[in-house]
Amino acid sequence: MINEEEVRYIADLASLKLSEKEVEMFSKQLSDIVDYVEKLDELDTEDIVPTAYTIPVKNVFREDKVKESLSLEKVLKNAPEKQADQFRVPKIIEED
Amino acid sequence: MDNKYETIIGLEVHTQLDTKSKIFCSCSTEFGSEPNTNTCPVCLGLPGTLPVLNKKAVDYLIITGLALNCEIAFYSKFDRKNYFYPDLPKAYQISQFDLPLAKNGYIKVETEEGIHRIGITRIHLEEDAGKLIHEGSIDQSSGSLVDYNRTGVPLAEIVSEPDIRTPEQAREYLNYLKKTLEYLKVSDCNMEEGSLRCDANISLRLHGNKKFGTKVELKNMNSFKAIEKALAYEQKRQRKMLENDKKIVQETRTWDENKSKTISMRGKEEANDYRYFPEPDLVPLEIDEKWKKDIEERLPELPAVKRKRFIDEYNLPEYDADVITDSRDLADLFENSVSEYKDAKVVSNWIMGEFLRLINEEKTAIEDTKITGQLLAKMLKMIDQDIISSKIAKTVFEEMFYTGKDPEEIVKEKGLKQISDQGELESLVEKIIDENPSVIDDIKNGKDKAVGYLVGQVMKETKGKANPQMVNKMFKEKIK
Repeated sequence: MINEEEVRYIADLASLKLSEKEVEMFSKQLSDIVDYVEKLDELDTEDIVPTAYTIPVKNVFREDKVKESLSLEKVLKNAPEKQADQFRVPKIIEED
Repeated sequence: MDNKYETIIGLEVHTQLDTKSKIFCSCSTEFGSEPNTNTCPVCLGLPGTLPVLNKKAVDYLIITGLALNCEIAFYSKFDRKNYFYPDLPKAYQISQFDLPLAKNGYIKVETEEGIHRIGITRIHLEEDAGKLIHEGSIDQSSGSLVDYNRTGVPLAEIVSEPDIRTPEQAREYLNYLKKTLEYLKVSDCNMEEGSLRCDANISLRLHGNKKFGTKVELKNMNSFKAIEKALAYEQKRQRKMLENDKKIVQETRTWDENKSKTISMRGKEEANDYRYFPEPDLVPLEIDEKWKKDIEERLPELPAVKRKRFIDEYNLPEYDADVITDSRDLADLFENSVSEYKDAKVVSNWIMGEFLRLINEEKTAIEDTKITGQLLAKMLKMIDQDIISSKIAKTVFEEMFYTGKDPEEIVKEKGLKQISDQGELESLVEKIIDENPSVIDDIKNGKDKAVGYLVGQVMKETKGKANPQMVNKMFKEKIK
């Protein structure tokens, strides 16, 4: 069960602004999803190590070699705002 | 200091690993490049890109772990640490959460109170974030500029146990770490350039209490001195508050050098919920015995061991051993020289004196100088053989320092060979005697020290090339 307070907390962490109606809707939807996944608890996993990866691949590396970076023009091409060859972002400290 | 309260300090050190390219892409890690010129779709976090791990960063972390007596994980992985801040274009940092590459290490530091063991909880690998430049002060600016050159530079985060009890121990712990990292050549540890950064947690509790008091986090201090001062200040501040029954507020503070006090950093109230989860874009790491062994074999002799050996093997005074083992390059210079010139104390004097004087004057790195241990040894032998005086040797040494030329060649080129010719010196000695009748009278009346003045005159005439022992002897014989 994901209650409405938890939905608001999660939304806050994800920087999402939800209406009261959405909070109610997501509370129900997220609860349904979690309930569904909880079915897995029925399995006995006592002797199974936690699995983070499902493919049997390990130790993939690159050598420590420098290659050319992107041109500055391309780097900044999609920047909503730029200044002095840098990305300009809005004020960081929040108002409230 | 105070018996009622015990101080508990834990340190978190971030050090940039000295790889050529970034941890997950091939951009250069060079410091001081034009903004955003060392960036690519991977470190800019553009959609559709995938990170590929730099093997050298893993090697560097393993060797660091081994040098700090850690267990190296057989199985390790990366995790995403999620938070919103524009220094991270992906809105998460690739770090390590529950399975760090190294853990359960320790070091021993020495302060005036004796030897103290400090545990190392863990060392993990992660990517550095970009650099923000605020317009005006951080809370008043209307916006910030972001340079992503630093984003993706490999970092080792070294977390200590809360085992540190005094600001002095904290300083010694940091010195030990820095020296070790420099010996391993895994980081240049340049604090001004931000390649070594340190945060501290400090709290007080009544002696005998098991439970920790409320801790304060100290951030953004830019030198070991500042960290030590901030900790000492905070220790006093917290004790005063506790003695007056005031509550310590859990907060982040920083050191204000101008006011000589710690001040609260009023930032946004952070929700410390990073929602770590395994990084799906990277595969896990398995460090087998062979890999570990290969790196173990590359472990250099560490500073404390070297220091002790220099004292035992070469009979160096403790002070000399401290200075010379302060850097691996300095220690190498010393040992290379001693292998060809046996009087270790003489070698140590030249290194601590002339060599370090020139290093400080020129502000160069030791590894960038031209002089070698072999050249120094050769020069010292020339002094012993009376080919050059020790005064002239300083000129020769300086020339070797800048050019790396052979001392014999320098002496020949500049005509610096010591004058040890009996006849030549004798005529000079007689000339000086004739010119200084009053000094001669002084000496005859028992003022022996005045001989030194006369010797000095001969040295001046010969621009330092006369053999001072011979000249000294001649004066003494002639003025009897």
